[in-house]
Amino acid sequence: MPYRKSYRKLFLFLLTIPVLLFIFLPILWLFSASLSTQVELFTVPPHWIPQHPTFQNYLDIFFPSLAASAVPRTFTVSLYNSFKIASFVTVICIVIGSLAAYALVRIPFKFNNTIKVGILAIRMIPEVSLILPLFIIASRLEMINKPIVLILAYMSFALPYAIWMMAAFFQTVPIELEEAARLDGCTRLGILFRIVMPISGPGLVSTAMFVFLVAWDEFFYALIFTSTLASKTVPVAIAEFVGRYAVNITGMMAGGILAALPPVILALIFQRYIVSGMTAGAVKG
Amino acid sequence: MGGFAFQRKSTHIFDMTANSKAFPKRPFSLRQKEARTAWLLLVPSLVVILGVTLWPVIYTFVLSFFYAPTGIHQVRTFVGLTNYLNMLKDQTFWQTIGRTLYFTLGSVGLELILGLAIAQLIHSRPPGWKFLRVSLIIPWAIPTIVIGAMWRWIYSGDFGALNGLLMQLGLIKHYIPWLTLPNAAMPLVILADVWHMMPFVALILQAALATLPAELDEAAVVDGANAWQVFWKIRFPLLQPAILVALIARTVDAFRVFDIVYIITNGGPAFKTMTITYLTYLNSFSYGKQGTGAALSFLISLFTMIMAFVYIRILYRPEENQ
Repeated sequence: MPYRKSYRKLFLFLLTIPVLLFIFLPILWLFSASLSTQVELFTVPPHWIPQHPTFQNYLDIFFPSLAASAVPRTFTVSLYNSFKIASFVTVICIVIGSLAAYALVRIPFKFNNTIKVGILAIRMIPEVSLILPLFIIASRLEMINKPIVLILAYMSFALPYAIWMMAAFFQTVPIELEEAARLDGCTRLGILFRIVMPISGPGLVSTAMFVFLVAWDEFFYALIFTSTLASKTVPVAIAEFVGRYAVNITGMMAGGILAALPPVILALIFQRYIVSGMTAGAVKG
Repeated sequence: MGGFAFQRKSTHIFDMTANSKAFPKRPFSLRQKEARTAWLLLVPSLVVILGVTLWPVIYTFVLSFFYAPTGIHQVRTFVGLTNYLNMLKDQTFWQTIGRTLYFTLGSVGLELILGLAIAQLIHSRPPGWKFLRVSLIIPWAIPTIVIGAMWRWIYSGDFGALNGLLMQLGLIKHYIPWLTLPNAAMPLVILADVWHMMPFVALILQAALATLPAELDEAAVVDGANAWQVFWKIRFPLLQPAILVALIARTVDAFRVFDIVYIITNGGPAFKTMTITYLTYLNSFSYGKQGTGAALSFLISLFTMIMAFVYIRILYRPEENQ
């Protein structure tokens, strides 16, 4: 019996190896290529580990010389744009979304259910169904390339998402606590800020992380609403590397690593909350 | 609950809530006050949602009945159902639908099968299972565009890792421009999407497996069930709600795929990876046919809603019958 058990363990362990290779080999190759020179990248057969590793691609992004092309030179601007937009979207969603989520979960009123179902349905509307009117209005108001357009456009998917997720977390707060506070004369807002939000802290962290990640990830709106180098977000900047400036492939690899770092680090720090957030965010609360 | 204020009755002639039976225990005035609080709390979110979601959806729907060339000063003419009829007659449209279904079925199918297998693997607690679970988070967290760019260069015909690997293994003699092969492009895009989203499915299902009571398995083993039977007869039925969640989320997402196609193939070669969202994007922003774009995007919304509805009906019915 113990023999069988250790064989079984060994067999299962051997099964994990291809999975880990599938996950990590592409990332390792991306990282290795970001440390290569263009010349070395094109060698046949490939050098899996660069023989002359260099941080030049990263240096070009952070300390651009005049020789560097426009895209690496403006990549830090894109990083800043993405940070700014994703942070604004996250803060606005948490602030106004938590009020709405609380009202939907705890206060009975006539259209409560209608609004709940409506928000779930709205969450499913694809971006492409909203883009034309938003684009038409934004161009009439001459707001293309302004960050406010992207912040507002991102609210269309981020806010219903955040409300739905926070509603799922608020529901788990014991109602007795709230009733006790109400008897002591606490207002609804007081209950929300002093009781419900502190108790569902992990849920709020999880929601904030998810909203930040989807805003950081967003490409479709950003592609259409930004056309100048100064206004692009990271995903658009990377797509630009691929398209127009296909010569600078190693630079794009470095840009890709830099664009992936913030969401990956966030997700690894808050890994405890990810699965509950995925389930709460995915259609059914 | 007592107190003077609670016992006052509403005398307002337009008390709309007076007939509501939902929460009969509370006196009317309090309920009215509560409803007002609820609306106040909802107003900021509702304003934003109305402005950036509901209004644009309706606008898009209306626009789909117009001939609307791109450009602010262009005149729009009402054409009724023409955009829809033209679309349904157009072969490109049906081919695009077919390719979108190909992508959706391929990627969601693989993600569910691999996700379920990996969830089960983690659940069996092999050495290093915690590391495996953490590793799954990484592909999921990387932005779609970065993933697309990464795979595009892996598939590259000039220097790509795929070519390098196959050559060193002696499987090919020359580098092959994979993404220009008509029949290879879509499977390669699907592979990139599976790499990205399979972890999502695996993590959800693994969490669901962890909540199943271990006694059930043990009881079945005592009764003589083997591991295969335990999985299919006991765990799988109990996993169905979690599978449904993953399935709906992934299908709705996959059907509207854009980013990863845009970056890996640009819809090529020869439209072989052109999906419905991509076609809509081209009509609206490259071909200058906003009316057609609007009609297409309305269809995407409709498909999305129907799929979600059908899935819920199909997967919840067996439980009701049992």
